[in-house]
Amino acid sequence: MTGAQSLIAALEALGTEVVFGIPGGTILPAYDPLFDSTKIRHILVRHEQGAGHAAEGYAQATGKVGVCMATSGPGATNLVTPLADAYMDSVPVVAITGQQTTQLIGTDAFQEADICGITLPIIKHNYLVKDAAEIPRVVAEAFHLALSGRPGPVLVDIPKDILQAQTTFAWPPTLDLPGYHPTTHPHGKQIREAARLMRTSHRPVLYVGGGVLKAHASEELRTLAELTGIPVVTTLMARGAFPDSHEQHLGMPGMHGTVGAVYALQRSDLIVALGARFDDRVTGRLDSFAPDATVVHADIDPAEIGKNRPVDVPIVGDAKHVLAELISAVRTEMEANGGEGPELSAWWTQLRDLRERYPLGYEEPADGSLAPQYVIKRLGEIVGPDAIYVAGVGQHQMWASQFIRYEQPHTWINSGGAGTMGFAVPAAMGAKVGQPEKTVWAVDGDGCFQMTNQELATCALEGIPVKIALINNGNLGMVRQWQTLFYDGRYSHTDLGTHKHRVPDFVKLADALGCVGLRVESAADVDAVIKQANEINDRPVVVEFVVGKDAMVWPMVPPGVGNDDILFARDVRPTFDEDDL
Amino acid sequence: MSKHTLSVLVEDKPGVLARVSGLFSRRGFNIDSLAVGETEHPGISRITIVVNVESSPLEQVTKQLNKLVNVLKIVELESDASVQRELLLVKVRADVQTRTHVMEAVQLFRAKVVDASPDALTVEATGTGDKLEALLRMLEPFGIKEMVQSGLVAIGRGARSITSPTLRSTA
Repeated sequence: MTGAQSLIAALEALGTEVVFGIPGGTILPAYDPLFDSTKIRHILVRHEQGAGHAAEGYAQATGKVGVCMATSGPGATNLVTPLADAYMDSVPVVAITGQQTTQLIGTDAFQEADICGITLPIIKHNYLVKDAAEIPRVVAEAFHLALSGRPGPVLVDIPKDILQAQTTFAWPPTLDLPGYHPTTHPHGKQIREAARLMRTSHRPVLYVGGGVLKAHASEELRTLAELTGIPVVTTLMARGAFPDSHEQHLGMPGMHGTVGAVYALQRSDLIVALGARFDDRVTGRLDSFAPDATVVHADIDPAEIGKNRPVDVPIVGDAKHVLAELISAVRTEMEANGGEGPELSAWWTQLRDLRERYPLGYEEPADGSLAPQYVIKRLGEIVGPDAIYVAGVGQHQMWASQFIRYEQPHTWINSGGAGTMGFAVPAAMGAKVGQPEKTVWAVDGDGCFQMTNQELATCALEGIPVKIALINNGNLGMVRQWQTLFYDGRYSHTDLGTHKHRVPDFVKLADALGCVGLRVESAADVDAVIKQANEINDRPVVVEFVVGKDAMVWPMVPPGVGNDDILFARDVRPTFDEDDL
Repeated sequence: MSKHTLSVLVEDKPGVLARVSGLFSRRGFNIDSLAVGETEHPGISRITIVVNVESSPLEQVTKQLNKLVNVLKIVELESDASVQRELLLVKVRADVQTRTHVMEAVQLFRAKVVDASPDALTVEATGTGDKLEALLRMLEPFGIKEMVQSGLVAIGRGARSITSPTLRSTA
């Protein structure tokens, strides 16, 4: 068989159900056997960036590897953004790219780009295949690397002549990864020390990151939380890992986190970080972050431990194993102490007080315009916690994280680390392909939507009925918010004209892309139109919500300051009963 | 800031040097010196890197290096527990009047002349960085026409080998 046939056979053998991609000169040989595959569905996207984000959405909705395919040169470079995004958010993605023939590599040949060199800093690993016989092994290694340890993107670049070469196919191949040994099982001594600290602490917090979702450890997290009574905060990447309705959940920490979550971390005497990485958006100024906290940091990536915040108890391991062992160690610890867990009543009194005094909320816009927060809140309430919500990047993303209640893991997908505008539409497409039985709603902004909306044509033609809640505030909203707050309201290049000129007309655009387009301009119509959109399942739906441009995301820790300086609303600083601490 | 010498054992795969060196520049570390060569095991190369950093960023960069799929092992070699050498080739101006003086300096440093012409001598010297600097200071007054220096290579003292356990894991 040919190298191309070997590639498709390997993808099939690895259980690949779907590939998002666009053919082109050098990858053409691979598309020929792909045409015949009965196991792999290929989805022809409109832009390679869409293929990459779709693979990410698919991976995050299913826990499986997302696969995308592109040709050499510009096809491959268009994958750079989604690969960087997948690297930042630890999403298992395998990208297959065609490359110029071996003889032409390095000659600046047509559609040649050194995609391995280009992606080096933004990828878990990559391969330039130089022998067709290596294809099965390399593809199998790529899947293994993408999904195991700390997940991430892997790229396999295959020159056209290698795809055309005659070779043999043997399965399964022997993986040859002598330098790759992720530690999944934690060290018992560290676990015991963490359990001891959890029992003896007075102001502990479980700081939960995306690693808990990647490890499918939500059940274990809940068991540990309920066993100890310790409050839980879930980062932007971990929304859904712990039910929002749970009494012990304080919400999201960080720049736009709840006052309760931010202060719980800030005043804690023990932080138990689980699959989280003390990102700057969570910690604010590091030197004033959680000054009194002893830190237990569990992560599968040893390089994350102590990277930003010094650690007292480092635990390297997969969150599922770490949590299982913590549960058993805490039980042992409690049994040895008369069945008593940590004494947290004073801590909870204080946290409940904060939660009641500073709940998430918003003010109705003074100009009578539709409040974006209201739209997103109602969307979550009407559609419910069984749907998957996918967000772009900006204000709408923060509101979608704040005002939709997540009750189940893997129901919230967004671009956290990279902050990639344009993520939502293609990622929602991938999520819907991965979970066709689930309702998938993208919450997008008018800025983000205009970056990648062409994938709605893909959705319309491929029968992928995603739903888009397009929060149109006429502006690059989050940038405008910063201009309001930090640039004296000088709105330099943030007005997109989508209000003023109604260009594009999103309803007409949706129609042109083969979708149903709906528009809502008043609060009275919000519920009815969301319900109407929810009933349409034969086509994608775009609901444009025309909302006010002045709404801002609160609370907010302004950039460059410590979390103690969190603002509950503009010029409103929370008051804290310092004597209780 | 202090100098650290890292011995990095890597799979001899295309691009591995770019992966390793790129990681340093990406995280804002300057490499003082870098040397790559084969080891006694086919398929395994050894990269010796000298960096000038504090110990905590060094720990971070070591952890990041360990994450590279082609990196097999990293060992920091302390200067007192290892033999560290650099190679210097230097072309010194030397005519009939000065040649004997140049030769004296060369002998003093147990260096050797590897090429000669009527106007110049090319000197080869190995040693620690300090020794080579001292030699250069001696030669400078005669006029240095050209010089080239290798990256530092280092090996631990004693009978233990840093490569043998690696071989087991590759088997």
